[in-house]
Amino acid sequence: MLDPGVIVRNFKFLIVQGFLGIGSFAGGTLRLAIPAIVLGFALGIVVGLARLANAAWIRVPAVMYVELFRGVPLVMVIFWMWFVIPQLLRLPIPEYGVALTAFVIFEAAYFGEIVRAGVQSVPRGQVEAARALGLSGAKAMRYVVLPQALRNMVPSLVTQMIVLFKDTSLASIIGYVDLTKAAQIVNNREIRPFELYLFIAVVYWICTYSMSRMARRLERRPSTA
Amino acid sequence: MAAAIEFRQVNKWFGKLHVLVDVTLGVAPGEVVVVCGPSGSGKSTLIRCVNALERIQSGEIVVLGDSITSPRMNLTRLRTQVGMVFQSFNLFPHMTALENIMLAPMKVRNAPREDAEKTARALLLRVGIPDKAGNYPANLSGGQQQRVAIARALAMQPKIMLFDEPTSALDPEMINEVLEVMTDLAKSGMTMMVVTHEMGFARRVAHRVIFMDGGQVIEEADPETFFASPKSDRSRQFLSKILSH
Repeated sequence: MLDPGVIVRNFKFLIVQGFLGIGSFAGGTLRLAIPAIVLGFALGIVVGLARLANAAWIRVPAVMYVELFRGVPLVMVIFWMWFVIPQLLRLPIPEYGVALTAFVIFEAAYFGEIVRAGVQSVPRGQVEAARALGLSGAKAMRYVVLPQALRNMVPSLVTQMIVLFKDTSLASIIGYVDLTKAAQIVNNREIRPFELYLFIAVVYWICTYSMSRMARRLERRPSTA
Repeated sequence: MAAAIEFRQVNKWFGKLHVLVDVTLGVAPGEVVVVCGPSGSGKSTLIRCVNALERIQSGEIVVLGDSITSPRMNLTRLRTQVGMVFQSFNLFPHMTALENIMLAPMKVRNAPREDAEKTARALLLRVGIPDKAGNYPANLSGGQQQRVAIARALAMQPKIMLFDEPTSALDPEMINEVLEVMTDLAKSGMTMMVVTHEMGFARRVAHRVIFMDGGQVIEEADPETFFASPKSDRSRQFLSKILSH
């Protein structure tokens, strides 16, 4: 029999601690996902633009960065940050720091590729027209290329953000109490896997579905036909 | 009077392809020069060198008294003095017609928004589409887009205007509205270099026609002479092809 009571009894722990990250444990799905998306995208812009640079000393490291982090599993990057880096630095890093750093570094490689493709999707004539008007390379990028590139990027960007959002559940392997880990903790006590894992599936789904709805709205914005 | 644009022994290669061969040419202030020739003859490349969209490998180009091939050349200063209009318009699709025109004055010259807008509206009036200020390029016809592009270039108050096949991408019924704007501009005393196949425009408006082939200037003459009695075989051939239809 389904027992919705298990959700009601543990609602505060699951949502406030597990989902939002307010509580006595280091944790929170949103507390990890939001800064990871913001910082990962910011670093991704840097990586993506560096990959398009003319100067080899900027471009080559960016290419190596992308190829390295796209070629290894995310779990492995989390383990590196958890076991290896603290030893090298002789400095303990708390779960939150480990998880956030791993996500930002890993996702920046993917965001970087999306940014690169987006910038390259803007026709060359746009840059030429901007430069011919006297705009510097940086200003042409900022006012002419990036606004158009961002728009072209929206679909793949949102897909990647959804992937990242769901992947935050991997942080539970180092003991970070996100929504998945919180459900696991409750389940260890209550043994109600069906109710608990169904509940968190619904929470994840509502979040990702609203993200894709928002993206569709952005894509359809009429002003920039 | 000193030339507005001067090419001195200019050579340019794209890889192994020699696209400009020893070009020496002067354009006087206020002069309208039409550059014609078969495709691949180097005419577009020639005018793209004037605002340094293309760099040359040898020779010198002097624009308004400054050598633009010297390493100390001020690129921004050059490009604010030389406006350019492209075959494919290249309007910024995420900005309205008005914003397209206001961008460079605001971001390059730091003009206040009100001033930039006033100038932009005056320019739209000048090119005959004051009612399209709020339209995005996607909602403008080709002819209207090209007129906005001309207004956008004029917003920087250039002393020279370059036109790279400005009507080649237009439907026939829209060509004239663009040529009219260009004719007015020529009458106002603007120095112009125009790459075009519109020989009617060349005949009516140009002071001089330059015929290029294989990266070389084959012939230059006033339009009457050029069309009535072209000197070289290649220009005769070219004219017979282009004027027969």
